[in-house]
Amino acid sequence: MNVFSLINIALKALQRNKLRAFLTMLGIIIGVAAVIAMVAIGQGSKKSIQDQLSSMGSNMITIRPNSNVAAGVRLDATSVQSLTIDDIKAIQKQAQYINGVSPAASSRGQVINGALNWSTSIQGVSPQYLDIRNWPLKDGIVFSSSDVASAAKVCLLGQTVVNNIFAPDENPIGATIRFNKIPFKVIGVLAMKGENAFGQDQDDIIVAPYTTVQERITASIYFQNIYVSAKSEAVTDLATNEISDILRTSHRLKPTDIDDFAVRTQAELINTFSSTSQLLTVLLTAIAGISLVVGGIGIMNIMYVSVTERTREIGLRMSIGARGIDILLQFLIEAILISITGGLIGVALGITASKLVSIFLSWPTLVSESSIALSFLVCAVTGVFFGYYPAQKASRLDPIEALRYE
Amino acid sequence: MGNKILELQNIKREFRMGSEIVRALKGVSFDVQSGEFVTIMGSSGSGKTTLLNTLGCLDKPTEGIYLLDGVNVGTLSRNDLARLRNNKIGFVFQAYNLLPRTSALENVELPLLYNPSISVKQRRERAMKALEAVKLADRVDHTPNQLSGGQQQRVAIARALVNEPVMILADEATGNLDSRTSFEIMALMQELNQVHGKTILFVTHEPDIASFSSRTIFLRDGKVIKDTMNENKRSAKEVLASLPVSDDY
Repeated sequence: MNVFSLINIALKALQRNKLRAFLTMLGIIIGVAAVIAMVAIGQGSKKSIQDQLSSMGSNMITIRPNSNVAAGVRLDATSVQSLTIDDIKAIQKQAQYINGVSPAASSRGQVINGALNWSTSIQGVSPQYLDIRNWPLKDGIVFSSSDVASAAKVCLLGQTVVNNIFAPDENPIGATIRFNKIPFKVIGVLAMKGENAFGQDQDDIIVAPYTTVQERITASIYFQNIYVSAKSEAVTDLATNEISDILRTSHRLKPTDIDDFAVRTQAELINTFSSTSQLLTVLLTAIAGISLVVGGIGIMNIMYVSVTERTREIGLRMSIGARGIDILLQFLIEAILISITGGLIGVALGITASKLVSIFLSWPTLVSESSIALSFLVCAVTGVFFGYYPAQKASRLDPIEALRYE
Repeated sequence: MGNKILELQNIKREFRMGSEIVRALKGVSFDVQSGEFVTIMGSSGSGKTTLLNTLGCLDKPTEGIYLLDGVNVGTLSRNDLARLRNNKIGFVFQAYNLLPRTSALENVELPLLYNPSISVKQRRERAMKALEAVKLADRVDHTPNQLSGGQQQRVAIARALVNEPVMILADEATGNLDSRTSFEIMALMQELNQVHGKTILFVTHEPDIASFSSRTIFLRDGKVIKDTMNENKRSAKEVLASLPVSDDY
């Protein structure tokens, strides 16, 4: 007896009970669809968090001053000023795994344009800063190296600042604004970046050459931060180590001294958020997986009923020459057909459901091939697992008793 | 004629019912030659059913030797018995045992599905031929609930014929049918026996039916009490013709 005729027999048996076969399938359909939709929602939210974090520049490395020890007393991290232009030069000269480096000297203050004013922060950086942050201009131009060298009073405005100190029909480019009474010429407007992962408005900012900010506003040789972009996300760890070594040398730290700076990468942030959404995915999948098991039990239940109901048929098949293995395979294939057909419909339904969720609820969803493959595999295994026992029961029937079964 | 299809030597079959041992067959011996039409008669409790199960290779005797077409059934495994049933025996049951919602043709094809040496095309051809032999060639696509009792039994007979068995084993095959249809079935059986040379073993408890066969074996309390050749075998066709037409409705 070949597999083809076995499948044929099983198909005919299912055709004789279409509604029941469909209802049995429904358990598997819902299970598989739920797994795929849930994983898609989980993966989608994970992806969107990752994208948000990457929008900050996924290969961006941030260097901050760190707590230092003064005569045995550890000082507050923010009180320490350790990053200077020498560090920038050292990194530029020695580091191999980086693309760009920019200092950041920041300050808060009041910005005024005509009758409107707004409290915001100014970030003094080098022209590379926008590349490192992965931040395009909406309008205008970026200041140049010579602007940095001459400490030119030019600036780029974030969208929030533009909205607050300019009338809607007013063009900010070329206008002169005042930050803490110092006039700046607006030469560009930054593209809207939105809130960062912590809910901070990234567009509430003025960007100017760091020399201008240091000389005219903070009056300090120190930077609050240094931003570095690694050559790729893959080498961020190498770049981090390299920068640490360079800064330790540049700060003349002894091997026993602790770092007076801290190097942070976006990867750490991404991992933190990913693990949260990973947990969500696992939970959703577990719930969906349970419904798949329930579907499997449904198959087992129906197969038992079917075996009992068709006892005479089994007896007849045996009397005309079916071996135990033929009967076993027949019922097993019936169970597998139910689960695989259910699985296929479930996959289609799951994909449709995730699309609908992303269209109507505008939740991000991501249907992954692995979740399709996995749930399909699971439901095939479910069919075999839950179909085997009833099939085995059928194959062990005594043909004499089966034929006389009422 | 002449070669032995069946050879039973002192067949005994015992069942254990709790602590008691029930002896259903207490030493049955007889031979059946190719081309014979044998009825096996006996009241309930005579061991008829047990004998039928043994003859049909559904059961093995506790003691004694049963040779079917030269094969010693007692030594075979479950799977070998299944193959033997598939190749050598055609069953006809009292309740027809057709698959519901399945066409006559597919019902007849069923035994051939379990014979791997037969192709799909051969299967179809042989099933058609068997249906023609029972005069149902115009009903191939009908499902059992679209057929009368007599027609259903004829589908079942076609199913018994399709694998070209050495014998047809009928178990009260007319038990569910009215007398006219019973005679029709018996006429068909006689035709298969005489024209096609099929060996038929027919289990029944109706003497009326037994009179159509060439030989009758009487069973009582697990033993053969009488084994006679029928001198004046009736023709079911003639009986059918002699029935008044008004009997129909």
